[in-house]
Amino acid sequence: MKFAIVVFPGSNCDHDTYHVAKEVLGQDAELVWHKDRSLGRADVVILPGGFAHGDYLRTGAIARFSPIMQEVSTFAAAGGPVLGICNGFQVLLEAGLLPGAMLRNRSLKFRCEFLHARVEQTDTPFTLACRPGEILRIPIAHGDGNYYAEPDVIARLERNRQVIFRYVSADGEVTDDANPNGSVNNIAGICNEMRNVVGLMPHPERACELAVGSADGLSVFRSILKWGRESFNEDTFTTMTASSTVFNK
Amino acid sequence: MQARVFVTLKPSVFDPQGTTVAEALHTLGYATVRDVRQGKYFELDIDAATADEARRLASEAADRLLSNPVIESYRIEVTS
Amino acid sequence: MTPDPITDSVLQRHGVTRDEYARIVTMLGREPNLTELGIFSVMWSEHCSYKSSRVHLKTLPTTGRRVLQGPGENAGAVDIGDGLAAVFKIESHNHPSFIEPYQGAATGVGGIIRDIFTMGARPIALLNSLRFGPLDDPLVRRTMSGVVAGIGGYGNSIGIPTVGGEIGFDRSYSGNPLVNVFCLGISRADGIIKGTASGVGNAVYYVGAKTGRDGIHGATMASAEFDDTLNEKRPAVQVGDPFMEKLLLEACLEVMKTDALVGIQDMGAAGLTCSTCEMGSRGGAGVEIDVARVPQRETGMTPYEIMLSESQERMLLVVKKGREAEVEQIFDKWDLHAVQIGEVTSDGRLRVKDHGQVVADIPNKSLTDEAPMYRRPIAKPSYIDAAQQLNLDALGAPPAPRDVFRRLLASPGIASKRWVYRQYDHMVRTNTLLLPGMGAAAVRVKGTSRALAMSVDCNGRFVYLDPFVGAQLAVAEASRNVACAGGLPIGATNCLNFGNPEKPEIMWQFARAVEGMGAACRALDIPITGGNVSLYNETDGSGVLPTPVIGVVGLVENAERIVGRTFRSEGDIVILLGETRNELGGSEFVHVVHDQIRGVPPRLDLVREASLQRLLVDCAATGLIRSAHDCAEGGIAVTLAECCFDTKLGVSVDLAAVPDTPSPYGDTAALFAESASRVVVSVAPAQVTALLAMSASAGVPARQLGRVGGSRIQIAVKGRPVIDEGAADMERIWATAIESWFEQRRAIA
Repeated sequence: MKFAIVVFPGSNCDHDTYHVAKEVLGQDAELVWHKDRSLGRADVVILPGGFAHGDYLRTGAIARFSPIMQEVSTFAAAGGPVLGICNGFQVLLEAGLLPGAMLRNRSLKFRCEFLHARVEQTDTPFTLACRPGEILRIPIAHGDGNYYAEPDVIARLERNRQVIFRYVSADGEVTDDANPNGSVNNIAGICNEMRNVVGLMPHPERACELAVGSADGLSVFRSILKWGRESFNEDTFTTMTASSTVFNK
Repeated sequence: MQARVFVTLKPSVFDPQGTTVAEALHTLGYATVRDVRQGKYFELDIDAATADEARRLASEAADRLLSNPVIESYRIEVTS
Repeated sequence: MTPDPITDSVLQRHGVTRDEYARIVTMLGREPNLTELGIFSVMWSEHCSYKSSRVHLKTLPTTGRRVLQGPGENAGAVDIGDGLAAVFKIESHNHPSFIEPYQGAATGVGGIIRDIFTMGARPIALLNSLRFGPLDDPLVRRTMSGVVAGIGGYGNSIGIPTVGGEIGFDRSYSGNPLVNVFCLGISRADGIIKGTASGVGNAVYYVGAKTGRDGIHGATMASAEFDDTLNEKRPAVQVGDPFMEKLLLEACLEVMKTDALVGIQDMGAAGLTCSTCEMGSRGGAGVEIDVARVPQRETGMTPYEIMLSESQERMLLVVKKGREAEVEQIFDKWDLHAVQIGEVTSDGRLRVKDHGQVVADIPNKSLTDEAPMYRRPIAKPSYIDAAQQLNLDALGAPPAPRDVFRRLLASPGIASKRWVYRQYDHMVRTNTLLLPGMGAAAVRVKGTSRALAMSVDCNGRFVYLDPFVGAQLAVAEASRNVACAGGLPIGATNCLNFGNPEKPEIMWQFARAVEGMGAACRALDIPITGGNVSLYNETDGSGVLPTPVIGVVGLVENAERIVGRTFRSEGDIVILLGETRNELGGSEFVHVVHDQIRGVPPRLDLVREASLQRLLVDCAATGLIRSAHDCAEGGIAVTLAECCFDTKLGVSVDLAAVPDTPSPYGDTAALFAESASRVVVSVAPAQVTALLAMSASAGVPARQLGRVGGSRIQIAVKGRPVIDEGAADMERIWATAIESWFEQRRAIA
């Protein structure tokens, strides 16, 4: 599969994501500059973590206007799989590709640590290889991960099964202690209505090798590879919207 | 023309920074401060002929970039 | 140029003595104008010229077979194999961090990062060594919060992980916090770029943030004590922009790949002045610039202000003839504007013009190599002989070990620093092999099978009681931490934090510490490749504990053989390498229980220390040991406890009695003495014989203490139980001590 990893000025985790795609998974990967106007025949697009534009004004607020975001929107509208990690999630929110917004962590401090995120739904390109309810030990590193949306939007997200990852304790309980930033309903990641765009605050690309502490993040990447295989097998690559038929099987 | 844009969190949104500031004021002895909301303030130095033109531009800037309508609202003052 | 009147008060404001002024006049052959005086004042300041310390620093060992770059450049470099080099240095930003903690610390981080990438290395790790006053002081808490937030704010934003460090607390740091930041990067061994200007006619370029009035006289401020005029010094602190620095870093590394640069240097202390004359001096060339071409953020800036500004995130480049457009294009891609501001000349002078008019004209060497060098008077301090007396009998019976144990675990110097490092992104770049919290940090070197271990250490109490031995102990501790992880120490950098060098007693501390450091580095074969000196760390005449921080870098041949600090499995055998002696001098015990700094520091046998470190590296390479943690503050009791934390494992050990100890202090010495050259290791039962054999042939004393298991920390001395506590309870005390100072509702100002 061909990974396109967008690089905004200030992105930091582009290298890490590229390393996973290329070195760990042996896939084709390319770093795409934010001013480019083509995603170069990518099969999957990743907006990586970091501090695009220094997080000035609001996280992701300026990056959403980058030329490449036109391409990302088009790709997403056509059903292409898009993953926003941390800052990438924030860019997707500001760009309106996902609903809601990010606030400062309720502790008002940046927080970097390993935690547990539960996979709530497995019918997205990025959780296809996970077990429902699987608990992933992956790290967070953010100062603005406090996910917020108005109550009716939250209700709709929950009803539509658009909450994809949730912060939980090691035992899988949704507790306030397990919530590192105050996000509503312990939401750690969501998807759009079409279920092809996923954003999450934890960093799966930092948990793909045991040497660095955990390999649980591989599930997210294996999922997209599995999705790719199944999409190609079904010969539905050019009409991505048909991806929903794969999930209904 | 100078446009001043005041961006604040919508009332329904929890403002931990504002709360922290209020608590700090209390420990400094300002018990009569009931609440604090923290926001952002922008000064736009605009090349515009009229105040209306400046206000219109500032509103657009606020809608598109300076504020996030999901969580923030804004108001504008214009001076020449 | 008409000379301006230089009065005594003008000289004083510039920190220039009458003697120094006379020298300037001689070197120039005339009186300097105000701009020239400003230039001399910053280049001859303590911070830039090291005038009080150079004479002593020259005695340090700086060469070795792996050294690719020693002191004298922006950072040092050592060969790590695979055609790569580790480029590293430590720097201080103490005074600004007291004035404005967040920005002072943030810009300190920014500065050291620039020192690394200006050499052509991509920074991959940050460490920091911090000192604060006691945490019951609200101003100290505010300073510490600000410093930690600033370090995190800058490092996280630019995407370089802060992977470790150390934090100490003492009254003497209350008005003088220490913020020392260490950075390490990787470059090709043949890709190290120097800060040199050469090639007559080559273009001199400026790139980065626009110049403003920030930090003017920052260098002179760093060279002065604080007094009541502190608030007036506020404008001298700069505001950092990590986003701009990220762009600069990426753009510069891209430019460096093209080989279009002759030299490059960052503009740090003394900004444009320092970078131009130093680059000229190194290259034996002259540099001529026109300040009218310098991008400016404020209006009406004078040449004086432009030359002395310490605006952050700016680089000075010398570009090879014909390659200018190429360089400009790369910077444009990153939305940076590289501007030619001058050129290299052949006359060895720094010539500054303003719209074509010469406003300063000074020989480069007079600003750099020929800056004053002082051999300041030294005198053994009057406090030392009395302070070195520690009469245990006179202290009365010691408190019960279990009470001391709890108090030590809760003592901020020992307690968990998790509240701090959780604010640092310590995982970005996915190279972090050991999470922060204890001991050395370790990062892998992608593209190779190797890793680098690194540690910054200094026990200021030991140095205060005996600067020579104390400095040696710092070198031993840092290199021992690195060896515990499996790293062979291959280079070091130092940050010497002392009080006012014009006081003979302080200068004595400095001189002795440098001697001790040098002796230890020679004995352990660790060259010093560069560093920093921070003097005048005093407020209203009261100075810090002498704190010569040393950062040691170690090479781990096989990244998969990195050794952690905590116990791994139930049933593993616990072994002590080294021996405990009756050495409570300068200990955390005496500090916590008696609120004193007394006694002589622990003895250090450098031959034994070297053997121990070699043994640790060999053990790691063969996979023989499962964990290794050195004994430091709080003694072996604290070490054993720390080995249990975050593991859900307990430990049960029996310690030998400590010889020559007055009997009421027998248990105290066994548990809490801080003897050097000791490491607690754990091994699988099947490996015990092999380890004991290896230790024996290495000449390292080794003794089985007990085993890992259960859920309690059980320590006996000669068969008699003295500590028996639940591991989870002890961990809670240790884990929440610092956090509780900040998370509770306490006054913040």
